[in-house]
Amino acid sequence: MAKRAAPEVNAGSMADIAFLLLIFFLVTTTMEKDSGISRKLPPIEESEEDVIIKQKNIFTVLINGKDQLLVEDELMELKNLRAAAVEFLDNGGDGTCNYCKGAKNPSSSDNPDKAIISLKNERETSYAQYISVQNELVGAYNVLRNRRALELGPQKGFRDMNFIEMQNNYKDVKWSGNKEKLAEVIEQIKVEYPQKLSEVQEQ
Amino acid sequence: MSKFKKKKGGDLPAVNTASLPDIVFMLLFFFMVATVMRENTLLIENKLPSADQIEKLEKKDLVMYIYAGKPSANYQSQYGTEARIQLNDKFADVSEIAAFIAAERASKREELVPFLTTSLKVDKDANMGLVGDIKQELRKVNALKINYAAIQGDVSKNKKN
Repeated sequence: MAKRAAPEVNAGSMADIAFLLLIFFLVTTTMEKDSGISRKLPPIEESEEDVIIKQKNIFTVLINGKDQLLVEDELMELKNLRAAAVEFLDNGGDGTCNYCKGAKNPSSSDNPDKAIISLKNERETSYAQYISVQNELVGAYNVLRNRRALELGPQKGFRDMNFIEMQNNYKDVKWSGNKEKLAEVIEQIKVEYPQKLSEVQEQ
Repeated sequence: MSKFKKKKGGDLPAVNTASLPDIVFMLLFFFMVATVMRENTLLIENKLPSADQIEKLEKKDLVMYIYAGKPSANYQSQYGTEARIQLNDKFADVSEIAAFIAAERASKREELVPFLTTSLKVDKDANMGLVGDIKQELRKVNALKINYAAIQGDVSKNKKN
């Protein structure tokens, strides 16, 4: 018997099958992006020992139940908060902070290491307003850190890179640069402008 | 009789569709890879607030999600309109958070537990009382790394209209 060639499989419907799958995945896809403001909660400590902090080193921000902002006991608009926080953090009242460019007002914070922002809210405060305030305060720290990064970077060989870019580059696997050195710079900036943001838990 | 037949009228030749499956498969693979299957069906309204100082969450498998917001329209007759917490696929009470965190921790490898982050996906119309309760509960179980989920945008969008 003559050798018969195997009959070819008709692949015409393959496209249909692929389309079916494609449509299924198209419909179920949610390009979810998880991003947000990262925070660390304070641990619950047993000993209720009050650390005495000078009043001038605390920047109090209160958001009341009507979403109004009370900064250092004065009403303030949200858009002015970032500048006020920058001014407070960058004050450098005791002169030990040689990279600060603030007013060196003796009645405001001593140095960025001692300066603490205390955020307080009420139960009726809306979450949106709370996030807005958090955002502005984190923004204030980032303003200072970015500025410091632009000063410090060129000395260490990282020109024209602000703090945010430094962090992104550090995480980026494709970035070709000295990561160890970059980590050092990031760490130094974090020490120079530590994020001391305390959230008061009302009971 | 001429040997060469005249071409038939101006019929357009059919487009070759042999490479169509390849193209479709390419798209298919892209979507298969990019797809993240939704883990939870949301029972609540979840409009996240906007912020412009946000960071991306890196390791998705090391994130625990706590949702909060007012129940969506189908559930309002049953659960009211006050903001509630959702854990996994059902409404939960604040006191259930501790058990939820413990279960999540147990499902991860032990050495990864310290890196777990809690992502708070809270509706922007919720009030801070609820969020404060969640935070207090998280402190009790020592889950201190949190992330307030927000979308990229200007904070002025958070204002109530």
